[in-house]
Amino acid sequence: MVDTRVDLCGVALSNPVIAASGTFGFGQDFAPLYDLNQLGSFSFKGTTWLPREGNPSPRIAECPAGLLNAIGLQNPGVHKVISEELPRIRQVFDKPVMANVSGFSIEDYVRVSELLDAQAQVGWLEINISCPNVHGGGMAFGTDARMAGEVTRAVRAATRKPLIIKLSPNVTDITEIARACEAEGADALSLINTLLGLRLNLKTRKPLLPFGTGGLSGPAVLPIALRMVWQVYEAVRLPLVGMGGVSSARDVIEMMLAGATAVQVGSANLIDPWACPRIIHQLPGAMAQHGISCLRDIIGGAH
Amino acid sequence: MRQTAFTILENTPIARDTYRLRLAGDTAAFKQPGQFVNLSLPGYYLRRPFSACDWQKGELLLIYKVLGQGTADLVALRPGTRLDALCGLGRGFDLNACGRQPLLVGGGVGVPPLYRLARELVARGRTVRVALGFNTAADAFLVGELQALGAQVRVATLDGSLGERGTVLAVCDADSASDFCACGPTAMLKALCAATRLPGQVSLEERMGCGFGACMGCTVMTPAGPLRVCREGPVFDREVLAW
Repeated sequence: MVDTRVDLCGVALSNPVIAASGTFGFGQDFAPLYDLNQLGSFSFKGTTWLPREGNPSPRIAECPAGLLNAIGLQNPGVHKVISEELPRIRQVFDKPVMANVSGFSIEDYVRVSELLDAQAQVGWLEINISCPNVHGGGMAFGTDARMAGEVTRAVRAATRKPLIIKLSPNVTDITEIARACEAEGADALSLINTLLGLRLNLKTRKPLLPFGTGGLSGPAVLPIALRMVWQVYEAVRLPLVGMGGVSSARDVIEMMLAGATAVQVGSANLIDPWACPRIIHQLPGAMAQHGISCLRDIIGGAH
Repeated sequence: MRQTAFTILENTPIARDTYRLRLAGDTAAFKQPGQFVNLSLPGYYLRRPFSACDWQKGELLLIYKVLGQGTADLVALRPGTRLDALCGLGRGFDLNACGRQPLLVGGGVGVPPLYRLARELVARGRTVRVALGFNTAADAFLVGELQALGAQVRVATLDGSLGERGTVLAVCDADSASDFCACGPTAMLKALCAATRLPGQVSLEERMGCGFGACMGCTVMTPAGPLRVCREGPVFDREVLAW
Protein backbone atom coordinates (compact mmCIF):
# COMPACT_ATOMS: atom_id res chain seq x y z
CA MET A 1 0.00 0.00 0.00
CA VAL A 2 1.31 3.41 -0.94
CA ASP A 3 0.71 6.48 1.20
CA THR A 4 -0.73 9.49 -0.68
CA ARG A 5 -1.41 11.66 2.37
CA VAL A 6 0.11 15.11 2.70
CA ASP A 7 -0.19 17.93 5.21
CA LEU A 8 -0.86 21.46 4.00
CA CYS A 9 -0.34 24.03 6.75
CA GLY A 10 -1.50 21.63 9.46
CA VAL A 11 -4.56 20.44 7.55
CA ALA A 12 -4.38 16.80 6.50
CA LEU A 13 -5.15 15.91 2.88
CA SER A 14 -5.91 12.32 1.88
CA ASN A 15 -4.07 13.04 -1.35
CA PRO A 16 -2.35 16.14 -2.78
CA VAL A 17 -4.88 16.79 -5.57
CA ILE A 18 -6.86 20.03 -5.21
CA ALA A 19 -9.20 21.27 -7.94
CA ALA A 20 -8.06 24.75 -8.90
CA SER A 21 -10.09 27.90 -8.51
CA GLY A 22 -11.92 29.08 -11.61
CA THR A 23 -12.23 25.61 -13.10
CA PHE A 24 -14.52 24.10 -10.50
CA GLY A 25 -17.11 26.75 -9.64
CA PHE A 26 -18.39 26.00 -6.15
CA GLY A 27 -18.29 22.27 -6.82
CA GLN A 28 -21.94 21.90 -7.77
CA ASP A 29 -21.35 21.06 -11.44
CA PHE A 30 -19.04 18.20 -10.44
CA ALA A 31 -20.93 16.79 -7.44
CA PRO A 32 -23.39 14.82 -9.65
CA LEU A 33 -20.43 13.29 -11.52
CA TYR A 34 -18.39 11.89 -8.64
CA ASP A 35 -17.98 11.97 -4.88
CA LEU A 36 -16.07 15.19 -4.23
CA ASN A 37 -14.69 13.70 -1.02
CA GLN A 38 -12.21 11.80 -3.21
CA LEU A 39 -10.41 15.12 -3.68
CA GLY A 40 -7.73 16.37 -1.37
CA SER A 41 -9.80 19.53 -1.51
CA PHE A 42 -10.99 22.15 -3.99
CA SER A 43 -10.43 25.87 -4.24
CA PHE A 44 -13.69 27.60 -4.99
CA LYS A 45 -14.34 30.33 -7.56
CA GLY A 46 -12.46 33.57 -6.89
CA THR A 47 -14.68 35.54 -4.52
CA THR A 48 -14.86 39.30 -4.31
CA TRP A 49 -16.57 41.75 -1.94
CA LEU A 50 -19.28 42.71 -4.46
CA PRO A 51 -20.92 40.41 -7.03
CA ARG A 52 -19.25 40.53 -10.44
CA GLU A 53 -20.77 39.74 -13.83
CA GLY A 54 -17.41 39.28 -15.48
CA ASN A 55 -16.14 40.33 -18.89
CA PRO A 56 -17.98 40.53 -22.24
CA SER A 57 -18.05 37.45 -24.51
CA PRO A 58 -16.21 35.71 -25.94
CA ARG A 59 -14.17 34.93 -22.85
CA ILE A 60 -12.37 31.85 -24.13
CA ALA A 61 -9.88 31.34 -26.95
CA GLU A 62 -8.10 28.16 -27.89
CA CYS A 63 -4.33 27.74 -28.17
CA PRO A 64 -2.12 24.79 -28.94
CA ALA A 65 -2.10 22.65 -25.77
CA GLY A 66 -4.24 25.01 -23.74
CA LEU A 67 -6.58 27.95 -23.67
CA LEU A 68 -6.76 31.66 -23.03
CA ASN A 69 -9.46 32.89 -20.69
CA ALA A 70 -10.67 36.32 -19.70
CA ILE A 71 -13.63 35.47 -17.48
CA GLY A 72 -13.15 38.48 -15.26
CA LEU A 73 -13.87 37.01 -11.82
CA GLN A 74 -17.58 36.38 -12.35
CA ASN A 75 -18.86 35.48 -8.87
CA PRO A 76 -21.88 36.19 -6.66
CA GLY A 77 -19.93 38.17 -4.06
CA VAL A 78 -18.78 37.04 -0.61
CA HIS A 79 -22.12 37.49 1.12
CA LYS A 80 -23.93 35.13 -1.24
CA VAL A 81 -20.98 32.76 -1.20
CA ILE A 82 -21.38 32.48 2.56
CA SER A 83 -25.19 32.40 2.66
CA GLU A 84 -25.81 30.18 -0.40
CA GLU A 85 -22.70 28.49 -1.75
CA LEU A 86 -21.06 27.30 1.47
CA PRO A 87 -24.26 25.55 2.69
CA ARG A 88 -24.54 23.82 -0.68
CA ILE A 89 -20.87 22.83 -0.55
CA ARG A 90 -21.49 21.31 2.89
CA GLN A 91 -24.08 18.97 1.38
CA VAL A 92 -21.57 17.45 -1.05
CA PHE A 93 -18.15 17.93 0.55
CA ASP A 94 -17.19 16.96 4.09
CA LYS A 95 -13.61 18.23 4.05
CA PRO A 96 -12.13 21.69 4.51
CA VAL A 97 -12.52 23.75 1.35
CA MET A 98 -10.03 26.31 0.07
CA ALA A 99 -11.47 29.82 -0.16
CA ASN A 100 -10.09 31.82 -3.09
CA VAL A 101 -10.21 35.56 -2.42
CA SER A 102 -9.84 38.29 -5.04
CA GLY A 103 -9.94 42.03 -4.70
CA PHE A 104 -9.34 45.48 -6.10
CA SER A 105 -7.89 47.09 -3.00
CA ILE A 106 -6.22 45.95 0.18
CA GLU A 107 -9.44 46.80 2.01
CA ASP A 108 -11.32 44.43 -0.34
CA TYR A 109 -8.98 41.56 0.39
CA VAL A 110 -9.21 42.20 4.13
CA ARG A 111 -13.00 42.41 4.44
CA VAL A 112 -13.61 39.34 2.26
CA SER A 113 -10.97 37.42 4.22
CA GLU A 114 -12.47 38.48 7.57
CA LEU A 115 -15.88 37.09 6.58
CA LEU A 116 -14.45 33.83 5.24
CA ASP A 117 -12.18 33.47 8.29
CA ALA A 118 -15.32 32.99 10.39
CA GLN A 119 -16.51 30.01 8.30
CA ALA A 120 -15.69 26.64 9.85
CA GLN A 121 -15.78 24.90 6.44
CA VAL A 122 -12.91 27.01 5.13
CA GLY A 123 -9.59 25.26 5.66
CA TRP A 124 -7.35 27.78 3.95
CA LEU A 125 -7.56 31.23 2.46
CA GLU A 126 -5.94 31.41 -0.97
CA ILE A 127 -5.37 35.08 -1.78
CA ASN A 128 -5.41 35.68 -5.51
CA ILE A 129 -3.05 38.56 -6.20
CA SER A 130 -2.53 37.33 -9.73
CA CYS A 131 -5.74 37.51 -11.78
CA PRO A 132 -4.73 38.98 -15.16
CA ASN A 133 -8.31 39.51 -16.37
CA VAL A 134 -9.54 42.51 -14.39
CA HIS A 135 -8.57 46.14 -14.43
CA GLY A 136 -7.42 48.04 -11.36
CA GLY A 137 -6.51 45.18 -9.07
CA GLY A 138 -5.83 41.49 -9.25
CA MET A 139 -2.47 40.98 -10.85
CA ALA A 140 -1.28 44.50 -9.97
CA PHE A 141 -0.80 43.28 -6.39
CA GLY A 142 1.07 40.20 -7.50
CA THR A 143 3.62 41.80 -9.79
CA ASP A 144 5.16 44.17 -7.25
CA ALA A 145 6.97 42.77 -4.22
CA ARG A 146 6.10 45.72 -1.98
CA MET A 147 2.37 45.52 -2.79
CA ALA A 148 2.35 41.72 -2.49
CA GLY A 149 3.89 42.14 0.94
CA GLU A 150 1.33 44.75 1.94
CA VAL A 151 -1.64 42.57 0.93
CA THR A 152 -0.10 39.64 2.80
CA ARG A 153 0.45 41.69 5.95
CA ALA A 154 -3.07 43.11 5.90
CA VAL A 155 -4.80 39.77 5.32
CA ARG A 156 -2.51 38.07 7.85
CA ALA A 157 -3.91 40.40 10.49
CA ALA A 158 -7.45 39.49 9.43
CA THR A 159 -7.28 35.69 9.63
CA ARG A 160 -6.03 32.87 11.80
CA LYS A 161 -6.63 30.35 9.05
CA PRO A 162 -3.71 29.11 6.99
CA LEU A 163 -2.89 31.90 4.54
CA ILE A 164 -1.86 30.95 1.01
CA ILE A 165 -0.83 33.67 -1.44
CA LYS A 166 -1.42 32.78 -5.12
CA LEU A 167 1.43 34.15 -7.21
CA SER A 168 1.51 35.50 -10.73
CA PRO A 169 4.02 34.14 -13.25
CA ASN A 170 3.94 37.47 -15.11
CA VAL A 171 6.98 38.82 -13.29
CA THR A 172 10.70 39.07 -13.90
CA ASP A 173 11.67 37.32 -10.68
CA ILE A 174 8.98 35.33 -8.90
CA THR A 175 11.29 34.54 -5.98
CA GLU A 176 11.34 38.22 -5.02
CA ILE A 177 7.53 38.26 -4.67
CA ALA A 178 7.62 34.93 -2.84
CA ARG A 179 10.13 36.24 -0.29
CA ALA A 180 8.03 39.36 0.31
CA CYS A 181 4.95 37.21 1.05
CA GLU A 182 6.96 34.95 3.34
CA ALA A 183 8.36 37.94 5.24
CA GLU A 184 4.84 39.28 5.88
CA GLY A 185 3.44 36.09 7.34
CA ALA A 186 2.13 33.89 4.52
CA ASP A 187 1.79 30.23 5.54
CA ALA A 188 2.13 28.89 2.00
CA LEU A 189 2.33 30.00 -1.62
CA SER A 190 0.38 28.68 -4.59
CA LEU A 191 1.71 29.05 -8.10
CA ILE A 192 1.27 29.66 -10.93
CA ASN A 193 -1.78 31.65 -12.01
CA THR A 194 -2.23 32.03 -15.77
CA LEU A 195 0.30 33.60 -18.10
CA LEU A 196 -0.70 36.74 -19.92
CA GLY A 197 -1.40 35.95 -23.57
CA LEU A 198 -3.12 37.27 -26.67
CA ARG A 199 -4.88 35.94 -29.75
CA LEU A 200 -6.10 38.00 -32.68
CA ASN A 201 -9.12 37.60 -34.91
CA LEU A 202 -7.81 37.80 -38.47
CA LYS A 203 -11.17 38.97 -39.83
CA THR A 204 -11.44 41.97 -37.51
CA ARG A 205 -7.67 42.30 -36.99
CA LYS A 206 -8.47 42.91 -33.33
CA PRO A 207 -7.99 40.82 -30.17
CA LEU A 208 -10.16 37.72 -30.23
CA LEU A 209 -11.20 38.39 -26.65
CA PRO A 210 -12.98 41.76 -26.21
CA PHE A 211 -11.04 42.19 -22.97
CA GLY A 212 -7.88 42.12 -25.06
CA THR A 213 -5.44 39.83 -23.31
CA GLY A 214 -6.25 36.58 -21.58
CA GLY A 215 -4.67 34.13 -19.17
CA LEU A 216 -2.95 31.11 -20.72
CA SER A 217 -3.36 27.76 -18.99
CA GLY A 218 -3.24 24.08 -19.83
CA PRO A 219 -0.42 21.65 -20.65
CA ALA A 220 1.40 24.42 -22.56
CA VAL A 221 2.36 26.07 -19.25
CA LEU A 222 3.44 22.97 -17.29
CA PRO A 223 7.20 23.44 -17.87
CA ILE A 224 6.97 27.09 -16.79
CA ALA A 225 5.03 26.16 -13.67
CA LEU A 226 7.57 23.46 -12.82
CA ARG A 227 10.44 25.91 -13.31
CA MET A 228 8.82 28.50 -11.04
CA VAL A 229 7.92 25.99 -8.31
CA TRP A 230 11.52 24.80 -8.52
CA GLN A 231 12.85 28.36 -8.12
CA VAL A 232 10.50 29.36 -5.31
CA TYR A 233 11.22 26.14 -3.40
CA GLU A 234 14.86 27.23 -3.27
CA ALA A 235 13.95 30.77 -2.21
CA VAL A 236 11.53 30.27 0.70
CA ARG A 237 10.86 27.80 3.48
CA LEU A 238 7.08 27.80 2.97
CA PRO A 239 5.09 24.87 1.64
CA LEU A 240 4.07 25.33 -1.99
CA VAL A 241 0.90 24.43 -3.87
CA GLY A 242 1.99 23.77 -7.45
CA MET A 243 -0.26 24.19 -10.46
CA GLY A 244 -0.14 24.87 -14.17
CA GLY A 245 -1.09 22.31 -16.81
CA VAL A 246 -1.20 19.33 -14.47
CA SER A 247 -3.18 16.61 -16.24
CA SER A 248 -1.93 13.26 -14.95
CA ALA A 249 -0.57 11.48 -11.89
CA ARG A 250 2.82 11.69 -13.54
CA ASP A 251 2.51 15.49 -13.63
CA VAL A 252 1.54 15.49 -9.93
CA ILE A 253 4.69 13.55 -9.04
CA GLU A 254 6.83 15.85 -11.19
CA MET A 255 5.33 18.93 -9.52
CA MET A 256 6.00 17.48 -6.06
CA LEU A 257 9.59 16.61 -6.97
CA ALA A 258 10.01 20.25 -8.04
CA GLY A 259 8.89 21.32 -4.58
CA ALA A 260 5.11 21.25 -4.26
CA THR A 261 3.44 19.90 -1.12
CA ALA A 262 0.05 19.83 -2.83
CA VAL A 263 -0.94 20.13 -6.46
CA GLN A 264 -3.86 21.89 -8.09
CA VAL A 265 -5.55 20.64 -11.24
CA GLY A 266 -7.19 23.39 -13.31
CA SER A 267 -7.76 23.38 -17.05
CA ALA A 268 -7.87 19.57 -17.16
CA ASN A 269 -11.24 19.76 -15.33
CA LEU A 270 -12.67 21.71 -18.24
CA ILE A 271 -11.96 19.17 -20.94
CA ASP A 272 -12.37 16.08 -18.76
CA PRO A 273 -14.87 16.59 -15.94
CA TRP A 274 -13.51 13.43 -14.30
CA ALA A 275 -9.87 14.59 -14.49
CA CYS A 276 -9.34 14.88 -10.72
CA PRO A 277 -10.66 11.45 -9.69
CA ARG A 278 -8.85 9.92 -12.69
CA ILE A 279 -5.55 11.44 -11.54
CA ILE A 280 -6.18 10.41 -7.92
CA HIS A 281 -6.98 6.89 -9.08
CA GLN A 282 -3.78 6.82 -11.16
CA LEU A 283 -1.56 8.02 -8.31
CA PRO A 284 -0.88 4.74 -6.46
CA GLY A 285 0.10 2.98 -9.69
CA ALA A 286 2.32 5.84 -10.80
CA MET A 287 3.94 5.92 -7.35
CA ALA A 288 4.60 2.19 -7.41
CA GLN A 289 6.02 2.44 -10.92
CA HIS A 290 8.54 5.03 -9.72
CA GLY A 291 9.36 3.36 -6.42
CA ILE A 292 7.54 5.86 -4.23
CA SER A 293 5.89 4.42 -1.13
CA CYS A 294 5.11 7.69 0.64
CA LEU A 295 4.29 10.78 -1.40
CA ARG A 296 5.42 13.16 1.36
CA ASP A 297 8.96 11.84 0.98
CA ILE A 298 9.37 13.18 -2.55
CA ILE A 299 8.46 16.84 -1.91
CA GLY A 300 11.35 18.87 -3.32
CA GLY A 301 13.16 15.64 -4.13
CA ALA A 302 14.63 17.09 -7.31
CA HIS A 303 16.72 19.60 -5.37
CA MET B 1 -24.10 14.57 -18.85
CA ARG B 2 -22.41 11.41 -20.00
CA GLN B 3 -19.01 10.73 -21.55
CA THR B 4 -19.32 8.54 -24.64
CA ALA B 5 -16.93 7.20 -27.24
CA PHE B 6 -18.56 7.64 -30.64
CA THR B 7 -17.47 6.12 -33.94
CA ILE B 8 -17.99 8.03 -37.16
CA LEU B 9 -20.42 6.24 -39.50
CA GLU B 10 -20.75 8.99 -42.08
CA ASN B 11 -19.20 12.42 -42.64
CA THR B 12 -20.51 13.78 -45.93
CA PRO B 13 -21.29 17.19 -47.45
CA ILE B 14 -24.96 18.18 -47.75
CA ALA B 15 -24.61 21.90 -48.60
CA ARG B 16 -21.83 24.46 -49.02
CA ASP B 17 -19.31 23.95 -46.18
CA THR B 18 -22.01 21.95 -44.39
CA TYR B 19 -21.63 18.31 -43.40
CA ARG B 20 -23.74 15.53 -42.03
CA LEU B 21 -21.91 13.64 -39.27
CA ARG B 22 -23.52 10.38 -38.23
CA LEU B 23 -22.04 8.79 -35.11
CA ALA B 24 -22.49 5.40 -33.46
CA GLY B 25 -22.58 5.39 -29.67
CA ASP B 26 -24.68 5.68 -26.54
CA THR B 27 -27.27 8.46 -26.88
CA ALA B 28 -29.16 7.79 -23.64
CA ALA B 29 -28.04 11.12 -22.17
CA PHE B 30 -30.08 13.14 -24.68
CA LYS B 31 -33.46 14.07 -23.22
CA GLN B 32 -34.58 17.22 -25.06
CA PRO B 33 -34.33 18.72 -28.54
CA GLY B 34 -31.80 21.55 -28.45
CA GLN B 35 -29.32 19.79 -26.17
CA PHE B 36 -25.76 19.59 -27.42
CA VAL B 37 -22.68 17.43 -27.52
CA ASN B 38 -19.13 18.59 -26.81
CA LEU B 39 -16.80 16.70 -29.14
CA SER B 40 -13.09 16.22 -28.61
CA LEU B 41 -11.28 16.56 -31.95
CA PRO B 42 -7.81 15.09 -32.53
CA GLY B 43 -5.12 17.74 -32.03
CA TYR B 44 -7.29 20.30 -30.23
CA TYR B 45 -7.31 21.02 -26.50
CA LEU B 46 -10.84 22.37 -26.13
CA ARG B 47 -13.88 20.39 -27.17
CA ARG B 48 -16.28 21.67 -29.85
CA PRO B 49 -20.00 22.05 -29.06
CA PHE B 50 -22.60 20.92 -31.63
CA SER B 51 -26.39 20.83 -31.28
CA ALA B 52 -27.89 17.40 -31.74
CA CYS B 53 -29.88 17.29 -34.98
CA ASP B 54 -31.46 13.92 -34.18
CA TRP B 55 -30.74 10.72 -32.33
CA GLN B 56 -32.00 7.22 -31.86
CA LYS B 57 -30.77 4.34 -29.77
CA GLY B 58 -27.08 3.94 -30.54
CA GLU B 59 -26.89 6.66 -33.17
CA LEU B 60 -26.43 10.43 -33.11
CA LEU B 61 -26.82 12.81 -36.05
CA LEU B 62 -25.02 16.16 -36.18
CA ILE B 63 -24.93 18.73 -38.96
CA TYR B 64 -22.00 21.11 -38.82
CA LYS B 65 -20.66 23.99 -40.82
CA VAL B 66 -16.98 24.65 -41.37
CA LEU B 67 -16.39 27.87 -39.46
CA GLY B 68 -12.85 27.55 -38.12
CA GLN B 69 -9.79 25.33 -38.19
CA GLY B 70 -11.35 22.74 -35.87
CA THR B 71 -14.38 22.11 -38.07
CA ALA B 72 -12.17 22.30 -41.18
CA ASP B 73 -10.11 19.42 -39.76
CA LEU B 74 -13.27 17.55 -38.78
CA VAL B 75 -14.11 17.28 -42.50
CA ALA B 76 -11.09 15.04 -43.03
CA LEU B 77 -12.10 12.46 -40.41
CA ARG B 78 -13.20 9.21 -42.01
CA PRO B 79 -15.77 6.60 -40.98
CA GLY B 80 -14.35 4.42 -38.23
CA THR B 81 -12.65 7.31 -36.44
CA ARG B 82 -13.44 7.38 -32.72
CA LEU B 83 -14.39 10.66 -31.04
CA ASP B 84 -14.75 11.25 -27.31
CA ALA B 85 -17.82 13.29 -26.41
CA LEU B 86 -19.70 14.76 -23.50
CA CYS B 87 -23.35 14.12 -24.28
CA GLY B 88 -26.75 15.43 -23.33
CA LEU B 89 -25.45 18.86 -22.36
CA GLY B 90 -27.56 21.87 -21.59
CA ARG B 91 -31.23 22.63 -21.26
CA GLY B 92 -33.09 22.18 -24.54
CA PHE B 93 -36.51 23.21 -25.85
CA ASP B 94 -39.37 22.66 -23.41
CA LEU B 95 -42.05 20.85 -25.41
CA ASN B 96 -44.59 21.44 -22.67
CA ALA B 97 -44.19 25.17 -23.20
CA CYS B 98 -45.03 24.84 -26.90
CA GLY B 99 -48.58 25.67 -28.00
CA ARG B 100 -50.91 24.12 -30.60
CA GLN B 101 -49.29 25.82 -33.59
CA PRO B 102 -45.64 26.48 -32.87
CA LEU B 103 -43.50 28.32 -35.40
CA LEU B 104 -39.95 27.02 -35.65
CA VAL B 105 -37.44 29.58 -36.91
CA GLY B 106 -33.95 28.59 -37.99
CA GLY B 107 -31.08 30.53 -39.47
CA GLY B 108 -28.14 28.83 -41.19
CA VAL B 109 -26.16 26.60 -38.88
CA GLY B 110 -28.89 27.10 -36.25
CA VAL B 111 -31.30 24.91 -38.21
CA PRO B 112 -30.18 21.38 -37.12
CA PRO B 113 -31.74 21.18 -33.62
CA LEU B 114 -35.09 22.23 -35.08
CA TYR B 115 -35.29 18.89 -36.89
CA ARG B 116 -35.56 16.86 -33.68
CA LEU B 117 -37.84 19.49 -32.21
CA ALA B 118 -40.18 19.33 -35.23
CA ARG B 119 -40.17 15.55 -35.09
CA GLU B 120 -41.23 15.49 -31.43
CA LEU B 121 -43.83 18.21 -31.90
CA VAL B 122 -45.38 16.43 -34.91
CA ALA B 123 -45.47 13.24 -32.85
CA ARG B 124 -47.46 15.16 -30.24
CA GLY B 125 -50.00 16.17 -32.84
CA ARG B 126 -48.99 19.81 -33.13
CA THR B 127 -49.34 21.77 -36.33
CA VAL B 128 -45.72 22.62 -36.96
CA ARG B 129 -44.63 25.39 -39.28
CA VAL B 130 -40.99 26.03 -40.01
CA ALA B 131 -39.30 29.17 -41.32
CA LEU B 132 -35.73 28.72 -42.52
CA GLY B 133 -33.23 31.35 -43.56
CA PHE B 134 -30.02 30.78 -45.53
CA ASN B 135 -27.61 32.98 -47.44
CA THR B 136 -28.17 31.25 -50.78
CA ALA B 137 -29.71 28.08 -52.22
CA ALA B 138 -26.28 26.46 -52.04
CA ASP B 139 -26.30 26.86 -48.25
CA ALA B 140 -29.75 25.33 -47.68
CA PHE B 141 -30.24 21.98 -46.00
CA LEU B 142 -32.88 19.93 -44.15
CA VAL B 143 -35.71 21.53 -46.16
CA GLY B 144 -36.96 18.27 -47.66
CA GLU B 145 -36.38 16.33 -44.44
CA LEU B 146 -38.51 18.78 -42.45
CA GLN B 147 -41.27 18.63 -45.07
CA ALA B 148 -41.13 14.83 -44.90
CA LEU B 149 -41.93 15.05 -41.18
CA GLY B 150 -45.19 16.78 -42.07
CA ALA B 151 -44.13 20.31 -41.21
CA GLN B 152 -45.08 23.26 -43.41
CA VAL B 153 -41.73 24.71 -44.44
CA ARG B 154 -41.01 28.16 -45.89
CA VAL B 155 -37.53 29.24 -46.92
CA ALA B 156 -35.92 32.62 -47.40
CA THR B 157 -32.50 33.32 -48.88
CA LEU B 158 -30.67 36.61 -48.85
CA ASP B 159 -30.13 36.51 -52.62
CA GLY B 160 -33.52 35.04 -53.46
CA SER B 161 -32.00 31.93 -55.05
CA LEU B 162 -34.36 29.73 -53.01
CA GLY B 163 -37.77 30.69 -51.64
CA GLU B 164 -38.42 34.31 -50.72
CA ARG B 165 -35.72 36.93 -51.00
CA GLY B 166 -34.73 38.35 -47.62
CA THR B 167 -34.05 37.24 -44.09
CA VAL B 168 -35.98 34.49 -42.35
CA LEU B 169 -38.33 37.15 -41.00
CA ALA B 170 -39.80 37.39 -44.51
CA VAL B 171 -41.25 33.89 -44.13
CA CYS B 172 -42.30 33.98 -40.47
CA ASP B 173 -46.10 33.88 -40.28
CA ALA B 174 -46.19 34.92 -36.66
CA ASP B 175 -49.84 35.99 -36.77
CA SER B 176 -51.23 32.48 -36.91
CA ALA B 177 -48.65 30.93 -34.57
CA SER B 178 -49.21 30.13 -30.91
CA ASP B 179 -45.53 30.61 -30.04
CA PHE B 180 -42.08 30.21 -31.52
CA CYS B 181 -38.87 28.26 -31.05
CA ALA B 182 -35.78 29.72 -32.70
CA CYS B 183 -32.13 28.92 -33.25
CA GLY B 184 -29.68 30.95 -35.28
CA PRO B 185 -27.37 33.95 -35.17
CA THR B 186 -27.91 36.34 -32.26
CA ALA B 187 -28.87 39.16 -34.64
CA MET B 188 -31.59 36.97 -36.13
CA LEU B 189 -32.93 35.99 -32.71
CA LYS B 190 -33.03 39.60 -31.55
CA ALA B 191 -34.74 40.75 -34.76
CA LEU B 192 -37.33 37.98 -34.37
CA CYS B 193 -38.02 38.94 -30.78
CA ALA B 194 -38.33 42.58 -31.82
CA ALA B 195 -40.82 41.64 -34.56
CA THR B 196 -43.26 39.62 -32.45
CA ARG B 197 -44.64 39.54 -28.92
CA LEU B 198 -45.47 35.82 -29.14
CA PRO B 199 -44.18 33.63 -26.32
CA GLY B 200 -40.96 32.06 -27.45
CA GLN B 201 -37.88 30.00 -26.73
CA VAL B 202 -34.53 30.91 -28.26
CA SER B 203 -31.37 28.83 -28.46
CA LEU B 204 -28.21 30.89 -28.02
CA GLU B 205 -24.76 30.25 -29.32
CA GLU B 206 -21.63 31.33 -27.46
CA ARG B 207 -17.99 30.34 -27.50
CA MET B 208 -17.58 27.75 -24.74
CA GLY B 209 -14.77 26.48 -22.60
CA CYS B 210 -16.05 23.38 -20.83
CA GLY B 211 -19.69 23.06 -21.95
CA PHE B 212 -20.97 21.89 -18.55
CA GLY B 213 -20.96 24.96 -16.33
CA ALA B 214 -17.54 24.99 -14.70
CA CYS B 215 -15.60 27.74 -16.44
CA MET B 216 -18.14 30.60 -16.74
CA GLY B 217 -16.85 31.11 -20.29
CA CYS B 218 -20.23 31.35 -22.04
CA THR B 219 -22.12 33.68 -19.73
CA VAL B 220 -25.00 35.75 -21.08
CA MET B 221 -26.13 38.80 -19.14
CA THR B 222 -29.84 38.85 -18.26
CA PRO B 223 -32.05 40.89 -15.94
CA ALA B 224 -31.99 37.81 -13.67
CA GLY B 225 -28.20 37.99 -13.51
CA PRO B 226 -25.46 36.25 -15.48
CA LEU B 227 -26.56 32.87 -16.85
CA ARG B 228 -24.47 30.14 -18.48
CA VAL B 229 -25.44 29.31 -22.07
CA CYS B 230 -24.11 25.76 -21.57
CA ARG B 231 -26.00 25.05 -18.37
CA GLU B 232 -29.05 27.29 -17.87
CA GLY B 233 -29.28 27.30 -21.72
CA PRO B 234 -28.61 27.04 -24.58
CA VAL B 235 -32.42 27.38 -24.84
CA PHE B 236 -33.89 30.27 -22.89
CA ASP B 237 -37.38 31.63 -22.59
CA ARG B 238 -37.34 35.01 -24.30
CA GLU B 239 -38.77 36.54 -21.13
CA VAL B 240 -35.70 35.44 -19.18
CA LEU B 241 -33.47 37.26 -21.65
CA ALA B 242 -35.92 40.20 -21.79
CA TRP B 243 -35.57 40.17 -25.59
